[in-house]
Amino acid sequence: MAEQPELELRDLRHTFNEGTVNEVRALRGVSLSMEPGAFVVVLGFNGSGKSSLLNAVAGTLIPAHGEVLVHGEDVTRWPEHRRAGLVGRVFQDPLRGTAPRLTIAENLALATQRGRRWPDLRRALSRSRREVIAERVGELGMGLEDRLDTPIGALSGGQRQAITLLMATLVSPRILLLDEHTAALDPKSAEMVLGLTEDVVRKLKLTTLMVTHSMAQAVRLGDRVLMMHRGKVVRDYRGSRKRRLRAEELLDHFNELRNEDLLDESAAGMLERMYL
Amino acid sequence: MNLLVGALSMGLLLSLLALGVFVAFRILGTYDLTADGAFGVGAVVAAALLARGFDPTTATLVAGLAGAAAGAVTGTLHTRLKVDILLAGILVTTALYSLDLFLMQGGDIPLSGTRALPGTAEKLWLAAGLPVGGLELFGTRVSARNLATLIALIPAAGVPVLLLDRFFRTSLGLALRATGDNRTMARAVGIDVDAMFVLGLVAANGMVGLSGALFAQYQSFANIQMSFGNLVTGLGCVILGDALSRGRGLGRRITGVVLGTILFRLLVAAAITAGVAPNALKLLTALFVLAVLVVPDLVRSRWRARPAEGAQHG
Repeated sequence: MAEQPELELRDLRHTFNEGTVNEVRALRGVSLSMEPGAFVVVLGFNGSGKSSLLNAVAGTLIPAHGEVLVHGEDVTRWPEHRRAGLVGRVFQDPLRGTAPRLTIAENLALATQRGRRWPDLRRALSRSRREVIAERVGELGMGLEDRLDTPIGALSGGQRQAITLLMATLVSPRILLLDEHTAALDPKSAEMVLGLTEDVVRKLKLTTLMVTHSMAQAVRLGDRVLMMHRGKVVRDYRGSRKRRLRAEELLDHFNELRNEDLLDESAAGMLERMYL
Repeated sequence: MNLLVGALSMGLLLSLLALGVFVAFRILGTYDLTADGAFGVGAVVAAALLARGFDPTTATLVAGLAGAAAGAVTGTLHTRLKVDILLAGILVTTALYSLDLFLMQGGDIPLSGTRALPGTAEKLWLAAGLPVGGLELFGTRVSARNLATLIALIPAAGVPVLLLDRFFRTSLGLALRATGDNRTMARAVGIDVDAMFVLGLVAANGMVGLSGALFAQYQSFANIQMSFGNLVTGLGCVILGDALSRGRGLGRRITGVVLGTILFRLLVAAAITAGVAPNALKLLTALFVLAVLVVPDLVRSRWRARPAEGAQHG
């Protein structure tokens, strides 16, 4: 018997603003099965549905149709906070993953609670927990272990994103979700966060789903690349095909998709001129 | 001196109101308007129990529970039934108005002759063998009753303040603070933000209810007027507290709110001494809060409108 997939998506479909002029068919039948330790990169333009896919796994989006299974358990309708024990997330916006007025230590103390149903009345920052936090922050190599009592709001975007990544993986999640998590950073910070990501994913053998529009990242990271377009998976590179994948090739595919879109748009424009 | 002792006593008991407003507005980051109703119901519940012969501790604690229940209703209306938070607070406050009238059975509740705090404190003062005539402080005589009340209010307000401070350092308290600070992050680490929101309003209005109970005892009566204007008073104290603590560190901020409330009452005492009509106090408080809220923005937007005049320095 095959190994239990760590993440399984079955025919996810979702439409925003259904029946209005703003109707967006964000997911039009997406299925995916990920083995434990798999690293899948999802590429796509804005509006391709890649973020909706990620949100369906995180629980921010409850899809109109289809199922999300984590380690065999159907979590499709679980509220977001209940899924947090299974899913760790890093957001595109470095401000979203940390609470600015709480200190570094306090933010991380919350992350150590991940997976428990209800926080308790014990001290959040016991000495032993503080030591663990200091050690893990030290591993980032950013000198932040000496600033544990600084409010996170005082840190740079790159530092906050590194902390968010640490928070997402402090208690090993079944699934790690990365939502264009380096897109809002300067190149140096982006490279630093990407390096930390590679390290932690390898070390903890995390099953990872990453969304990006960087082709370079798609080529460099992961063992499978999905290209999404208009709510569907249009390309799927895996195994040796993924290893041979080059950024130029991805770019060519993207240009094809864009040309198809332009053709559609010009056709629509023509029809509009003819009939209106 | 009597005015000073009075200002300190009022500052202490109202600091629980201010901290309730602080928890809702600053920690939870929401515009909870339940404070007026919670303060009033706290005053009336405590008075009704005292009038029936209960001891001040029980009466005050039950009043706190009444305030907490008001907060729970507002929170539940907002999180479960998706009622706008402003409307939810107004609905609860309005409904409590009837409850208050019902508990008062139509008239004010006088507390003289009950075991309300000032009388009980005075008895303890006398039992401890302290001077019957009070003390001579800086050339004025302060009655035993006033001094004993002030001393009794120190633990009455201090214990809830310390408990709040401790609570915010537990993992539950931290989860609550995270909910107010960044909901996205809170959900992502597994915090039930709706439950935390309700809990926050329970804690906030529980303290407001305690404050109302102490206020009624201090004034030696409860009436329906006690349901009005407390939120704005609380906000004024919180703003003063923020200015004192400059927003650094939670412990400092809580201390700042307590000191801000005492400062607020000292300012009120000074205003009354200077001849300001007591009837004008709520108007002045409202104008003060309004000024603090809008003036910094006005100043800033004027700077931004003329960048040539050294906006870089601002």
